[in-house]
Amino acid sequence: MSAPLAAPLDAPVAARPLPARTFWRRALRHRSFVVGGVLSLLVLASALSSLVWTPWSPYEIDIAAKLKPPSAAHWLGTDSFGRDIVSLLLAGARSTILVGIIAVSIGLTFGVCLGLIASARRGWTEEIIMRFSDFTFAFPAVLSAIMLAAVVGPGMVTSIVAIGIFQIPTLTRLTRGSANAIWAREFVLAARVAGKGSFRITIEHVLPNILSILIVQATIQFALAILAEAALSYLGLGTQPPQPSWGRMLNDAQTLLFQSPMLAVYPGAAIAIAVLGLNLLGDGLRDLLDPRLARER
Amino acid sequence: MMSNPATTPLIEVENLAVRLNTSRGPAQAVRGVSFSLKRGETLGLVGESGCGKSVTALSLMGLLPDSAVVSGSIRLDGSELVGLSDADYCRLRGNRISMIFQEPMTALNPMHTIGHQVAEPLRRHKKYAAAQARKEAIALLDRVGLPDAAKRIDAYPHQFSGGQRQRITIAMALACEPDLLIADEPTTALDVTIQGQILDLIADLVEERGMSMILISHDLGVIAENVQRMMVMYGGTVVESGPTDEVFRRMGHPYTQGLFRARPRLGARKGTRLKTISGTVPELADLPAGCAFGDRCPLVEDRCRAALPPMIEVGPGHDVRCLRTDVSMADHVGALSA
Amino acid sequence: MSVFVLRRLLTLLATLIGASLIIFLVLDALPGNAAQMLMGADASPDAVRALTVKLGLDQPLAIRYLQWIKGLLSGDLGNSYVYGTPVAGLIAERLVLTIPLAIMSMLITVVLALSAGIYTAANHNKLGDVGVMSLTQVGLALPNFWFAILLILLFSVRLQWLSAGGFAGWDDGAWPGIKSLLLPAISLAVVQAAILARVTRSAVLEVLREDFVRTARAKGLGKREVLWSHVLRNAMIPVMTVMGLQFANLLAGTIVIENVFYLPGLGRLIFQSIANRDLIVVRNCVMLLAAMVVIVNFVVDVLYAFIDPRIKVHDL
Repeated sequence: MSAPLAAPLDAPVAARPLPARTFWRRALRHRSFVVGGVLSLLVLASALSSLVWTPWSPYEIDIAAKLKPPSAAHWLGTDSFGRDIVSLLLAGARSTILVGIIAVSIGLTFGVCLGLIASARRGWTEEIIMRFSDFTFAFPAVLSAIMLAAVVGPGMVTSIVAIGIFQIPTLTRLTRGSANAIWAREFVLAARVAGKGSFRITIEHVLPNILSILIVQATIQFALAILAEAALSYLGLGTQPPQPSWGRMLNDAQTLLFQSPMLAVYPGAAIAIAVLGLNLLGDGLRDLLDPRLARER
Repeated sequence: MMSNPATTPLIEVENLAVRLNTSRGPAQAVRGVSFSLKRGETLGLVGESGCGKSVTALSLMGLLPDSAVVSGSIRLDGSELVGLSDADYCRLRGNRISMIFQEPMTALNPMHTIGHQVAEPLRRHKKYAAAQARKEAIALLDRVGLPDAAKRIDAYPHQFSGGQRQRITIAMALACEPDLLIADEPTTALDVTIQGQILDLIADLVEERGMSMILISHDLGVIAENVQRMMVMYGGTVVESGPTDEVFRRMGHPYTQGLFRARPRLGARKGTRLKTISGTVPELADLPAGCAFGDRCPLVEDRCRAALPPMIEVGPGHDVRCLRTDVSMADHVGALSA
Repeated sequence: MSVFVLRRLLTLLATLIGASLIIFLVLDALPGNAAQMLMGADASPDAVRALTVKLGLDQPLAIRYLQWIKGLLSGDLGNSYVYGTPVAGLIAERLVLTIPLAIMSMLITVVLALSAGIYTAANHNKLGDVGVMSLTQVGLALPNFWFAILLILLFSVRLQWLSAGGFAGWDDGAWPGIKSLLLPAISLAVVQAAILARVTRSAVLEVLREDFVRTARAKGLGKREVLWSHVLRNAMIPVMTVMGLQFANLLAGTIVIENVFYLPGLGRLIFQSIANRDLIVVRNCVMLLAAMVVIVNFVVDVLYAFIDPRIKVHDL
């Protein structure tokens, strides 16, 4: 569970977006962007391919074939129910990405709206929104998930909501910080002098200018969401069996550490690869979309 | 070991060249700079930003970034400083050579009291005990005119105004009675009303303690009033040097003349346009061949662009790096004709 | 200074009240009736009603909230629905594990992160910097519970140096207890340290670019001296902010890690209580965790005022 710190609290203003062709030419030479992009695509491709094809069914239990070592039939062997590890990993990517995307969308929707409102309205509205996001910091995803699970029971929806809530304050702060920097710029002043309202200025000037910062942060938040989802499903609060998930696989494997230690290695490595890929992609995007943001990270 | 102070210059710089790694590639920030400075003598460095004057000062201090390549020779009392180890340099800095910087607002550490910061060089170089260093720090702060020095010694930098902070940095620089004081635009960041006071303070202290001083400024007026000799720098080279009076009487280089014409003046007739030098300062990363000022010079000829012109003596101790002094000095642009 | 602390104290109080309201509303108002949940769906209505009265759940919401707050202030948290023993006692039993665990891993985090962060900043762009920074990039991607499992695989399964789980307690002196918390604390710390090391590095690099660093060098201080006496104190402000924020994740992390190592701490208590439908225990545990997070961040804010002389004047 990583902290929500990847966000600079008051980010500088984004540069003018690059023309697409220049962007790709520079991007393909950027090491962490390329490595991160390849790893992220690998995870995404696994998730998508599992929708149509997996070597074996991830739900099919075959006790006779349990805990088999890697072979031509089962590339990474089988688990204690005789399920094929490769198939479980592919299908697990699906749950992870699903939870991640929905949770980050929740976080982005609320976080960006609240941040933009705080920045456009200032005064009491801003104070209330920021205090509220301050104290939401006191509830990490695991804590909100525990409360939700105690009330409505564990499950994928519980973890999505908990992770989504946990994403909101970081994104609110980031949005407000960068939006405030835009509001202080001359072209916004010019727009106000021209009589445009704060809603129109927000849509026409502020949002487009902070978009690249938000894209970078969304990538990082996605990585955090994957870590949180894994932790919650490991604890049994998230995705429920028989729906395959990486966290759940780790939980199952832990009881068999002495017999089949490798079962505990694969799913963890899958999580780490997905998170590493997204983090590198985020770092790369940060460098490419706005060199001034890159600094010393 | 010590050579005779009367004959050996305090500082002798010969053919100094500095190459910096900038974001736009390697840049020759300083080339072929030579000068020497006797004890008690004052020298002014003038030029626009990016002309290499601050880099020259920092190379004297040994404070250029690690990636900078320094060649040539800098001798302090006859001993070579170029290539000196950082540990050896540390023994000189703040002790025999001190420096005052441009931004008093950021030059002091916000987390330490001013007393601590003024006492630091004393404790380090003179090995003073805490109490002794504190007493001396109060005396120094008194001397630079900080009101209530004894009471305010435990205050933090943010509690002082810009002018007061610059007085504090001066006290810090003077703590160990250095032989050479380098003042890099010491008044540029201050209010106009404070500038004169600070310059007078520096001048008094230099005279009182018999220090040598290198004063860096982009302001010809500041230079005219405060130093005995001056050097004008452009594109990393010295384009004109000589005794201040002599240079102001007969400016030899078209660039010096341009700088002089471009300065704003009180009492100018309404509607008179301020003269400017056309064109822009060249990037140090891609300097033209030949005279660096060539692209902006009204008198430029083909031979100016062929190679860097040599320094030509045009008066007693007065040198100009220009091939066209015959024309440029014919109409006597200078303080007397203005 | 006192005005500053007072203002922060008011914010702290408001935050605590807000947190308690949310926790109470989510856990007590939404599910309808705790007694029903406790007894299961097929319990007879009479029995449910009797239990409701017995637990005081028939009172209006506001009254119950105020009773809970009154209890919190006096240290009487009520009795567990399931065990019938005081909740305060149950929690106290578990804290002797969770608090030392949190402190140990915070210490390891700080030591690892500061040394890595300062080392990399001092060797900016050199081989050591690139190497350590790549390691932290990997550290950022590791789920802490997986790292814990890997540690168990190495130290318990392969080398058999440490036990794979369980807690030795403090009865036989400090060492057995510390030893059983060692792997959990390390696995919590490594991931946090990766983040904090990166923050430390960029904070130090940022300060190294400040003018006063050049001033200090011009006084004759060596690079190392400047780093220790001038740079670090300035760089500590962002580092402390992040440490405060990390504390929330650390506590959340203990819940996960306690489950990996089968440690009878607060995290396990919460899980058992969820399984047992013992909402009063869950409510108080969550409140305690949230309060710890808020209070630690308050302490960090106040510490700023001691570290940074500017805050006293400007932030009144």
